[in-house]
Amino acid sequence: MTAGDAAVIVLVSLPHAAAIAGFVWPSRAVTVSLISAATLMAAALVAMHAVAGYGAWRHDVGGWEAPLGIGWTIDGVACALLLLTAAVGLAGSIHHAAARVRPSTAAHDPRYFWPLWLFLWGGLNALFVSADLFNIFVTLEFVTVASVGLIALSGRLAQAAAWRYLLATLFGSSVYLLGVALIYGRVAALDLPFLAQALPADLVGMTAASLVTIGLLLKGAVFPLHFWLPSAHARALPPVSAILSGVVVAAAFYLLARAWLGPFRELLTPAAGTALGLLGAGAVLWGGLLALLQRHLKRMIAYSTVSQLGFCMLLFPLAAAGATQLAWTGAMVVLLAHGLSKAACFLAAGVIVRHHRSGRVDALGGCQQGIGLAWFAFALAAASLVGLPPTGGFVGKWWLAQAAINSGAYPWLALLVAGTLLTAAYLWRVLEAAIRTGPPDEARRPAAIAAHREGAPATPSDRGMMIAALGLALGAVAVGAAAPPLAPVLSSAIGVTW
Amino acid sequence: MLIYLALASVLFVIGLHGLFTARNLLRRLLSLNVLTTAVFLLLVVIARKATPLDPVPHAMVLTGIVIAVSTTAVALALVERIALRHSPEPEPSASTRPGEEDA
Repeated sequence: MTAGDAAVIVLVSLPHAAAIAGFVWPSRAVTVSLISAATLMAAALVAMHAVAGYGAWRHDVGGWEAPLGIGWTIDGVACALLLLTAAVGLAGSIHHAAARVRPSTAAHDPRYFWPLWLFLWGGLNALFVSADLFNIFVTLEFVTVASVGLIALSGRLAQAAAWRYLLATLFGSSVYLLGVALIYGRVAALDLPFLAQALPADLVGMTAASLVTIGLLLKGAVFPLHFWLPSAHARALPPVSAILSGVVVAAAFYLLARAWLGPFRELLTPAAGTALGLLGAGAVLWGGLLALLQRHLKRMIAYSTVSQLGFCMLLFPLAAAGATQLAWTGAMVVLLAHGLSKAACFLAAGVIVRHHRSGRVDALGGCQQGIGLAWFAFALAAASLVGLPPTGGFVGKWWLAQAAINSGAYPWLALLVAGTLLTAAYLWRVLEAAIRTGPPDEARRPAAIAAHREGAPATPSDRGMMIAALGLALGAVAVGAAAPPLAPVLSSAIGVTW
Repeated sequence: MLIYLALASVLFVIGLHGLFTARNLLRRLLSLNVLTTAVFLLLVVIARKATPLDPVPHAMVLTGIVIAVSTTAVALALVERIALRHSPEPEPSASTRPGEEDA
């Protein structure tokens, strides 16, 4: 067994083992989780190193080979997403462990948060390496159950949001499974690399592809199926929002990309590509517009997720127009940079909202003493979301733009520009509110809160939370530097036809 | 064979209709279960159609049933929590310990 194999086995099995351990020994849950988080990060780095050094490989679980067994494919894209999960997971773990210093509520009961958190992490890791359409269904359900539990943890309003999310995503799973059943009935295989280009463009093939796509669009909250996302993501705890917005939604897009450039490659006609691209355009514009109109910080960040994932959807029309490789690397870099910066935004927002005792954007002005680092992280993340030059967001959008120019698809280029301006507009609104000097209605506030606002020095708890956010934001910037040399790694994807 | 296929389609439509029209949380959940059952039925038909009999869809259905049971359990726990909140007399009973069902 190579080091890479061992790392992937750790990535899939350790979170589940640690989750059970954390549930059985709640008093040790924090320690177990933090150690596991660090180990998982190291394992993701080892796997990435192995892929960059020796290329992608296939791991047949238990030695059972393709038609019968369930395979894992470990390639560049999968490792990049494993690394993203590890980064968001580690930062979220640190953030939550630090937040626990404050008087604890039900949401901070270690017996519930940590096991669910680790189960979610394990489900995501399994999802990214799965090469089997049915096994992907299983991992999707795993992710669903853990996410719903985590959302419901943070109280009454969140439970209603969790219920809507649960219904939407379970319906998505059923539709996905129906599509998989039709695929199996048509070509009698489930293995993704085996299925590459296999689905014929007939009625059954097209129905199956549409069903799988609808299921994944629901899970990925792609416009117009995004209705469940804003409340679910805005009402959860900061680390939960971070991983849901940064990674869980990205996982659905990842599967969509693998499916359309793998089994459904023959179906990716310019018409189908344009249809998917139009959904992306709707997401960019509608999500961006609603983000601009939100009064609450976390809801704005949540709508921004809808908008930013729309950019990734441009992969499909650009790939259909012939610029597959460039569009693929561009969309994947946007996905990674978005995951890191969005998670940083949510973690920073957690600190900011707690400091100001209000989540309203217009109440964020005034004394920022002690939370400067959080605003710095937020601003860096915002720079990457907008796509300012040295950041990951810039590189990804630049490649998408190049793909649009190379294939002569200028309307998509216009959408990229419009979406970028919209992103800049809604993020600037928040930063502008922050640098405003104290709100004039300071006298209206209760004296205790005013006192808190004047003098609250950063506690160690705040510092830990802010460093977690800052780490992710710096990661989003680093993606910009790392992406150009790592582009060949990102386009190593088993079963994808260029 | 065709009759089972037709039955699966009818069940799917019934489930879909219930999911989008029911107001009661339990009914919506049950509609979702009916919808999933329709998919399972389709998989069994696919298994029967192959010569010789194909065991893979059977394995998928079995796994699918286990998953459906677990997700339904989670959903029921959530429904209970939401319903208790809206009931006229909230019961401060031991059965509402948060997160119990998540294990």
